[in-house]
Amino acid sequence: MAVLKKFFSKGNRMRLTKLPSGAFALDRDGHVIVSTLPGSFPEAQMREIGQRVLEFFRGAQTAQVPMQELNVYYPSLKLTARNLRGGAIIFLAPQSLPKN
Amino acid sequence: MAFKTVRRRIVKNMGSDANIARAKIMLVDDDQDFLEVYWEILKGIPIAPEVHTASTGARALALLESEPFNLLIVDLNMPKMDGLQVIAIARRKYPRLRIVVWTAIADEQFRARAYGMGVDQYWQKPGSDDDRKHFIESIETLLQHEAQGGFRGVQSKSLVDLIQLECLSQNSTLLRISNGTLNGKIWIESGEVVDAETSDLKGEAAFRAILGWKAGNFELLPGVDGRERTIFSSYHALLLEVAQALDEAGGGVTPLTPIDPDAPTSPLMALTRFSGVQWVLSVGAAPKFNVQSWGLETPDQVSDWATESLKSFAELGDKLQAGPLQQITAMSASNHVAFADSIKGELCVGFRSTLKSDEVRESMRNILAKWLS
Repeated sequence: MAVLKKFFSKGNRMRLTKLPSGAFALDRDGHVIVSTLPGSFPEAQMREIGQRVLEFFRGAQTAQVPMQELNVYYPSLKLTARNLRGGAIIFLAPQSLPKN
Repeated sequence: MAFKTVRRRIVKNMGSDANIARAKIMLVDDDQDFLEVYWEILKGIPIAPEVHTASTGARALALLESEPFNLLIVDLNMPKMDGLQVIAIARRKYPRLRIVVWTAIADEQFRARAYGMGVDQYWQKPGSDDDRKHFIESIETLLQHEAQGGFRGVQSKSLVDLIQLECLSQNSTLLRISNGTLNGKIWIESGEVVDAETSDLKGEAAFRAILGWKAGNFELLPGVDGRERTIFSSYHALLLEVAQALDEAGGGVTPLTPIDPDAPTSPLMALTRFSGVQWVLSVGAAPKFNVQSWGLETPDQVSDWATESLKSFAELGDKLQAGPLQQITAMSASNHVAFADSIKGELCVGFRSTLKSDEVRESMRNILAKWLS
């Protein structure tokens, strides 16, 4: 039983979600057109990221400083987006710790 | 000219046993076997901490709420609420709590995310007796640092005072200073300043640059024997020279008057001296949200956009558990912008379009450091 317990212990069950790595494109209405992100990454979350990016580009337009490219830096993720005539292509790249 | 530090020079045998015994550990893992084994092991370490266990993140947070703890040891892979969620909440609610991750996951990404969220240590679950020994030793050291409070406090001193103290005491020490993203080191050997270094300067030039910083954090680390000497002037001469230079530059006094964007010497205008900067806008921290700008035609619209964007992407970072938002940069054919949030408020800077993306990011880090200092 101990052996079976070892096999089926939590070491074999991954519950954490990894940060997504890949790209996806959205149209101007926020619909995802194409994506290279893993299928496990929820589409709702993809749309939410897209929505925030589109709002950023629209805000830039309103503030009279239109922008073509956006970079958002977190300690463990870099988000890069390009404005595509109202839509956007978004790249997500998890970051690793700098090597000493 | 105030520098704050966590002083790491610990004098042995000074923490009273009573203080050390009060150290409290919260151990969180959904694997009951691990909890039982490590509850026993941690209780047995010489400083005899009080060890509490929780098998879920929610239970751990409830216990943290009910009484103060010194250290949280948390697994990452747990059902319902995972370790990263626990860390995110604990870090926000209890900024002084030490956090150690112990996990079976050998994945660089989770390590980076955990450190990004501010954990103190990241351990893979000990697989051998040696690993276990190292893990326990590190926990013990962490708790000792917590307990020996008399020699690990926060001070506010000028750098000149500090250097004088170290030199007069004939100490050998490495003084590490950080000012935002700028870092500097000063080596003192037997009461003499022997070397200094910043990211781009060495020797006396670095020493002068560091002494010109108005605020920041310092750490006193044990001295390194045999450091090659690049500074040959006495510390008296060095400090005198720096004091004269600061007096001449008027840098010895921190202005207490409100920032006036039109005044030629305003701190905001000083930021425009960085290469490629076209305009600067700051939004003060809550509750006033004072908007000040230099060189910008539509400050209100830009400040609304910056505030919304910083809020939106900070929320996204929380949701994705990617850590706190560091910076936003945006590019166009005609100009670039960068936004960052800080304890002082939001800072937005417009750059010329000739700068590359990496240059904008680096420049913004330096500008933010200057603004905060």
